[in-house]
Amino acid sequence: MSDKYMKVEKIDHGTVIDHILPARAFDVLRVLGLSNDKTMSILVNSHSKKGGRKDILKLEDVELSAEAANLVALVSPQATINIIVGGKVVKKFNAEAPKVVRGILTCSNPNCISNQNEPITAEFRLSPDESHRYVCTYCDRDIIDLVKRISP
Amino acid sequence: MRHVISVHDLTVEVIIDVLDRAEGMLDIARGKAVNDCLKGKVLGSIFFEPSTRTRLSFETAMTRLGGGVIGFAGTEATSVVKGETLADTIRMVSGYADAIVLRHPREGAAKLATEFSSVPIINAGDGAGQHPTQTLLDLFTIRQHMGRLKGLNISLVGDLRYGRTVHSLAFALSKFGNTINLVSPEGLEMPREVVEHLQDSGQFGIACHTPEEVITTTDILYVTRIQKERFPDPVEYKKVAGKYTIDPQLVSQGPAHMIVMHPLPRINEITPEVDAMPQAKYFVQAANGVPVRMALLSMVIGGV
Repeated sequence: MSDKYMKVEKIDHGTVIDHILPARAFDVLRVLGLSNDKTMSILVNSHSKKGGRKDILKLEDVELSAEAANLVALVSPQATINIIVGGKVVKKFNAEAPKVVRGILTCSNPNCISNQNEPITAEFRLSPDESHRYVCTYCDRDIIDLVKRISP
Repeated sequence: MRHVISVHDLTVEVIIDVLDRAEGMLDIARGKAVNDCLKGKVLGSIFFEPSTRTRLSFETAMTRLGGGVIGFAGTEATSVVKGETLADTIRMVSGYADAIVLRHPREGAAKLATEFSSVPIINAGDGAGQHPTQTLLDLFTIRQHMGRLKGLNISLVGDLRYGRTVHSLAFALSKFGNTINLVSPEGLEMPREVVEHLQDSGQFGIACHTPEEVITTTDILYVTRIQKERFPDPVEYKKVAGKYTIDPQLVSQGPAHMIVMHPLPRINEITPEVDAMPQAKYFVQAANGVPVRMALLSMVIGGV
């Protein structure tokens, strides 16, 4: 067997999320909330041609909408999204941090009303500066350690 | 204006409008003139947490304008003890009242209330979050005594970390162009986001640990309570609290026009001897809660 074998096969139809921050692929899957019946390949800490390490996710038969793809930017702002049809990349774009996030994160302030037993959905707004901070719509606090605040 | 939730929502124009209306209501607030513009209207006053000044001044404001008040102070005799959600409580009270004043221990409660209420919500304090009507009466008191809201040197003194009134006040003052000094014990400094906001808007004065360092240049000395429960060691609390006691000797070192404010309740941070000094304005400040809240109620209920 060649020592240059392919670790993960190319996909014919679906989405490849590339340049995910190392060891963040599972967090990407959590924010996307994909069902378990999809075929997917996950490369963690793969060598990047640009140097360093990265994660890659290949989702078969799933064409992510731009809205869904942007959720990837919550946990890995530099990720690129490739939509594959017939084995070819038909669309490639960068994940863009969503301006408003509803229902995917929980507030890190335990005293926030969104963490109580109330019939509301937690909501966060992207700070207008370039700090990539998300602010709770209810308590106005910055979310701390965002990756840990992804709803189970 | 529909809801009054956060000082961040209030533009300079709206703030000035509220203060002007409040000024025009001073005589009514003092019982020297009569106005029943809210006759037949009902205020839902729902306080899930203790309050003296805020609750009583709202109730006085509504009564002085000819309206009535329903509600509760403390949840013992309500369905809240049975586990009723805030959302349901708000839906229910908004069916009885023309506006709701809400105090709640959780941050963001007032914002939630706006989503379930069919009538205007006024935030009377939500946890460590916002207390916009306190900020408005603070601004009213400053303008009443200084004649303006800009170009002032304001020193915020005490627990700047947990004191919600100083956070809101710092944001509100920064809308007008002032210099704001921050005087607090170590560990109780102003939160980073407020300091950054003041720095970014060019209104940050100095941060220090004793009021003596700012007193000679201060126009407004705004004192807040240092809470004993923030200190695990009572000896350490006494040591720190002692450094932050405002007494006649300290007040005398300030400019003649300086005023001393405090959102109250005070414990030991301002000695009773200061009360008789012309600089002491904290009881005037508390009384100003009535005209300011009258102005707000007339705006949200009366739609004027």
